[in-house]
Amino acid sequence: MQKETKRDKAKFLFDPGDRKLILAHIGFSFFAIFAGAIAGLLQGLQRTGFIELPASIGYYQLLTVHGVMMALIFTTFFIIGYLYSGVARTLGGSLPSGARTTAWTGYYLMVAGTVLATIEILTNDASVLYTFYAPLQADPLFYIGMALVVVGSWLSGFAIFAAYAKWRRANKGQPSPLFAYMAVATMVLWQICTIGVAIEVVFQLIPWSLGWIDKINVELSRTLFWYFGHPLVYFWLLPAYIFWYVNVPKIVGGKIFSDSLPRLTFVLFILYSIPVGFHHQLMEPGISSFWKFLQVVLTMIVVIPSLMTAFSMMATFELAGREKGATGLFGFFRKLPFRDARFFAAFAGMVIFIPAGAGGVINASYQLDQVVHNTLWITGHFHLTVASTVALTFFAITYSLFPALTGRRITPFINKLGIWHTIIWVLGMAFMSIPMHIVGLFGEPRRTAYTTYMDHPVVQTWEPYRKLIGIGSGLLFIGVLLFLFIALYMWFAAPRTEQLDEFPIGEVHDTGHRPPPILERWGVWIALTLILTLIAYTVPVMHIINHAPESAGVRSW
Amino acid sequence: MIDHLPRYERIWLLLGIGSIIVFLVVLGTLGIFVGLNPPGHMRTIAPEEVAATAPFDEPGVTQLGPNEFRVTMVARLFAFDPGEITIPRGSTVHFEVTSPDVVHGLFIPNTNVNIMVVPGHISEYTYTFEDEGNYAMLCHEYCGVGHHVMMGKLVVQ
Repeated sequence: MQKETKRDKAKFLFDPGDRKLILAHIGFSFFAIFAGAIAGLLQGLQRTGFIELPASIGYYQLLTVHGVMMALIFTTFFIIGYLYSGVARTLGGSLPSGARTTAWTGYYLMVAGTVLATIEILTNDASVLYTFYAPLQADPLFYIGMALVVVGSWLSGFAIFAAYAKWRRANKGQPSPLFAYMAVATMVLWQICTIGVAIEVVFQLIPWSLGWIDKINVELSRTLFWYFGHPLVYFWLLPAYIFWYVNVPKIVGGKIFSDSLPRLTFVLFILYSIPVGFHHQLMEPGISSFWKFLQVVLTMIVVIPSLMTAFSMMATFELAGREKGATGLFGFFRKLPFRDARFFAAFAGMVIFIPAGAGGVINASYQLDQVVHNTLWITGHFHLTVASTVALTFFAITYSLFPALTGRRITPFINKLGIWHTIIWVLGMAFMSIPMHIVGLFGEPRRTAYTTYMDHPVVQTWEPYRKLIGIGSGLLFIGVLLFLFIALYMWFAAPRTEQLDEFPIGEVHDTGHRPPPILERWGVWIALTLILTLIAYTVPVMHIINHAPESAGVRSW
Repeated sequence: MIDHLPRYERIWLLLGIGSIIVFLVVLGTLGIFVGLNPPGHMRTIAPEEVAATAPFDEPGVTQLGPNEFRVTMVARLFAFDPGEITIPRGSTVHFEVTSPDVVHGLFIPNTNVNIMVVPGHISEYTYTFEDEGNYAMLCHEYCGVGHHVMMGKLVVQ
């Protein structure tokens, strides 16, 4: 047995301590995606009229499970696991032991928080959806659970910062490896934006649900939530971008197009994803038109780093293709490894991000939002962004990372299954998201159980789209099962590798340009972010604090 | 930093940034000069005193002119008051809505009436109904177990 372990160890790219840490995070995220998928399927089939739920299970309870598990728990655990893997690989091969202790503390806090919140949702004491809008008042343990998840994730960030700081001290004057830089940027964004939701939960929701205070300022709680809620979507997207920028070039046999531009895009994301939360609140009272419009302007700026990313991806593909002998304007396209599941899944995610991003521009467009706000269009939108672009890239990450992590090979069979899984996922999302967009324009509200609105004529136009959405839910559930099968097979059952399996991390295409040192001066960027945030938020938030009346809690489910 | 950008990327970004600027100018012009702003208003009201505070102590439809109405509405768990409204074609309707309990929405499919109703605040929006028909007034913000039955009817004759 001892001998066996020793032999295994030699085959792993990762230090056993890191390996355990990364697998613990990604493994827990699999529980979340499984629970989220079951709830997603059931609520999807209920709201489209395919099934009726037993009286003991509420539609909104299932919707809360689906949102919390998918949007908050699956993403956070998976992202942190992935970031640890790249940070360990690029900053000297393993995490410093101090960082590892912090990381484990964060992990257990997040697990404890998830368990608490899940119990509260399952006992129907927290059917408040993942946005937990006051004055809906859940049981205090739900909010305490959420707070633990946030605090735990802060520790995860500190672990990454510690590993990065140690490397910087040992390599003075050197630009940090791109992956580590981007991981730090992602966690900087996360730390700044979660302050909002932490203030909401700790100073408003917890004391209020415990009965220590009778009333809270509802508009303030919504504003704090959306200060967090929009950068949250970039916290999901940035790790996908890291994979595209750093891992994909290696997988396609090319080089990282530039060492500086990706860093600049991430800095722009930190600056412009935070002072923009009002574009989720365009339809509500208590915030004047001037401040709403100002944040709409800032929101549009965040399109620029995504345009830069699109350019870099195409440039990387073209460089790789031409190196392999491609000719003509688009010849490089045929040299891309579409038969490699690691690439195919990520590429599908990139393509879907084109309509998904365009949809986002529509949603943030001030008056235009009146047509789509709180309709199924919005649900369709974020199923293209987070549930397609981000999720597909996370599947690609799993396929790329697991051989190095578990010492097992991607067999041709598993690769083929991965391709099919991607196809099923894209089909499922097409069946679900396209009809959601259309029926949203026809006026079907989001977050609403099956209803005919007393057989109102307007509902009749919705019916065929509901059927398609239901079919999409079924396909996507099969997709999750297939993904979990592939992941668990690669974890426990696939044949062992003969030699060290590399975690594909790209090299930089040498242009002679070194990244400008200013990009690594985090103090500057954090200060600029805070200034922008203060400009965008101080006056309207002071107005809300001084003028908005407070509300008592209501349990209406 | 700009010298790190290859020429084609500069062109690509100029096109992108240019479109964003055009886009924002259009949105801003519509907002400032045409007055097309999303709903919302700065008036407040204590949620627990909605039933005792004018004008919400008497929700209903008030005729202001030949084709102009004010709808004073209370959105509560799980109904709108007034729940049925009939107006002539071409009417301009000024909605003022508030909630005594949780957050609701007032959404009328096939129109631009899309209003968040936050307790403590009075939301206002004006819309002209040009087309005849049976419209549905729906709550489009999750408000509790009866959210999906929270509706009203608006008939334009």
